[in-house]
Amino acid sequence: MGYKMGLKEFDKIFEILSQDYEIYGPKTIEKAGRFSDTNNIRYEKISSIEELEYKEKSLFSPKDVLFPVNETMFNIEGEKLKEIEEEDKKYLIFLRSCDLNAIDRLDNMFLKNGNIEDNYYKKKRQNTKFILMECIESYLNCFCVSMNTNKADNYSMGIKLANDEIYLEIKDKEFDDLFKGCEKENYTVKFIEENQHKVEVPNIEDIKLELFNDEMWEAYDRCIGCGRCNFSCPTCTCFTTTDIYYDENKTKGERRRTWASCHVDGFSDMAGGHSFRQNTGSRMRYKVMHKIYNYKKRFGENMCVGCGRCDDRCPEYISYAKCINLVTEKTREEA
Amino acid sequence: MLDINTKKVMKNAYRITKRRGETALRVRTPGGEFPADIMPILTEIATQYGDGNLHITTRQGFEITGIKYEDMPIVNELVAPIIEKLQKHIGVKIDNPKDGYPAAGTRNISACIGNEICPYANYNTLEFAKKIEAAIYPHDLHFKVATTGCPNDCVKARMQDFGIIGMANVKYDQNYCVGCQACVKNCADRCTGALSMHKGKVIRNKELCVECGECVTRCPTQAWTRSSDKRFRLVIMGRTGKKDPRLAQEFATNIDMESIIKIIQNTYDFVEEYITPGKAKEHIGYIVDREGYHEFKKWALKDVKLPEETKIKPYMEW
Repeated sequence: MGYKMGLKEFDKIFEILSQDYEIYGPKTIEKAGRFSDTNNIRYEKISSIEELEYKEKSLFSPKDVLFPVNETMFNIEGEKLKEIEEEDKKYLIFLRSCDLNAIDRLDNMFLKNGNIEDNYYKKKRQNTKFILMECIESYLNCFCVSMNTNKADNYSMGIKLANDEIYLEIKDKEFDDLFKGCEKENYTVKFIEENQHKVEVPNIEDIKLELFNDEMWEAYDRCIGCGRCNFSCPTCTCFTTTDIYYDENKTKGERRRTWASCHVDGFSDMAGGHSFRQNTGSRMRYKVMHKIYNYKKRFGENMCVGCGRCDDRCPEYISYAKCINLVTEKTREEA
Repeated sequence: MLDINTKKVMKNAYRITKRRGETALRVRTPGGEFPADIMPILTEIATQYGDGNLHITTRQGFEITGIKYEDMPIVNELVAPIIEKLQKHIGVKIDNPKDGYPAAGTRNISACIGNEICPYANYNTLEFAKKIEAAIYPHDLHFKVATTGCPNDCVKARMQDFGIIGMANVKYDQNYCVGCQACVKNCADRCTGALSMHKGKVIRNKELCVECGECVTRCPTQAWTRSSDKRFRLVIMGRTGKKDPRLAQEFATNIDMESIIKIIQNTYDFVEEYITPGKAKEHIGYIVDREGYHEFKKWALKDVKLPEETKIKPYMEW
């Protein structure tokens, strides 16, 4: 069913939803960007539709909600570990089509990768519903069409904001009652059909061991290993786990997991001081191969969803998208 | 038979040069920024009335050299559109731009390129420079002011009577910190080593931190952010010259824009009270040295409403 209403009118529904759900969406944090007087756009709790950043692409992805940067897994008391029991919260997340496809990748990584389900992710995920934000334009560096992630269907509501009005597509019956008496509108989410950039992903059968030793990766030694690409990626899921004892009481502490990045120093450090992939070019190879090769071998689809945030944020102007095209070219040369 | 009043010439922003009969005009470009369309005017003056050259001054203005003294009235008329654009337009009170620059003692306000372009700058130095220009020019007293975006101090704010250095006033949200140490390593390498790791998170030593904001530019998750209130470090009484050259010292930290402008304006009153009679170009720094820091401070802070977090140096040793 489709509806149309003013933003104020929708905020009343937003308020009702807030009673049951924690509502997250991309939010502009004024002057909190990397450079002075620039903004940051990241996923935070929002309390009205005005707070939703609808126009711009966010710098960080919705994975922050389901897989927080830092997450306490256990409380430690002496020798005892006590699992954190999360309250039964329900989540509603505003996101775009690429990011909704990315949730699918997170599900695979956290729930279907090996035989163990990640409890922390699962608890949040099973109580989460999604509101799809229609993309009015394809942003700089987007290549969702190439990755088949420009479309999605597993959302509860779809929205478009235009001329101070909100257009709604309600797919989830749970929300039907909320809109009783609202003005009906024949609206369904439209999807981006073309991006400025096209990316061609290689066939995994064409990727041979020679590619791993190809000199093309040396060009990426200019990577400074900051990890912005990983931290903004909606599908990167690596983390590291640390036990911390509190300064105030050294018998108490927590086991905490924190995002990790395959580009940042120390990612592959092992006991005894062994460390792999010392040069950053090889880290680029490792990441790219996970996104379009290893993951695909395991789950049958590309991990990358073409949001282009890695290209948006790389301080060294390294283009991951161009790198994939280069890999595809190389595989053709070799074939 | 040239008969000119050199004092009037100099007040009009012309120089008495070593070449008999020739002067040079200093064009004020506050912040060192101007629309490119003033260039044809400079070209016209330089080629028709000067020696065809332009000199970029140390304070980021232009000096048009080789102008004949008798051509000053016509040059003044030609330069008027620049005065309209660069001074009147930003609120400087000048009655008749066609008479040329009404004063030259208070020098052009210099600025680094600032945060419109530079990743390190913590504020818009050009905008601030223009605000100061509007607040203190025209004035005959010899004041040098410059704005710089961060403690790198590219504009050499520490060589000015008033140097304004941007402070980032950083905030840290450890919930977003991944412990990558990018900020810690960079601070040790390029800044003051104010950051250290403790149990996977960052600790900042506020005594060492100079609020440059480099941690914010390095942080890949934006756990570090700048404060949205603009705050500055105000350094004062730096100087070059033959007598006791020295770097400007910190007068205030965490001070706001309005207070800085008021302090500079108040200092004009201080100088007018204490300047050696007949020595119109006496430098403020020497007057402060003679009258004492406390007397200067009393005048400078008159009616200034400082933000709560502002700290003023109780004593000063240059």
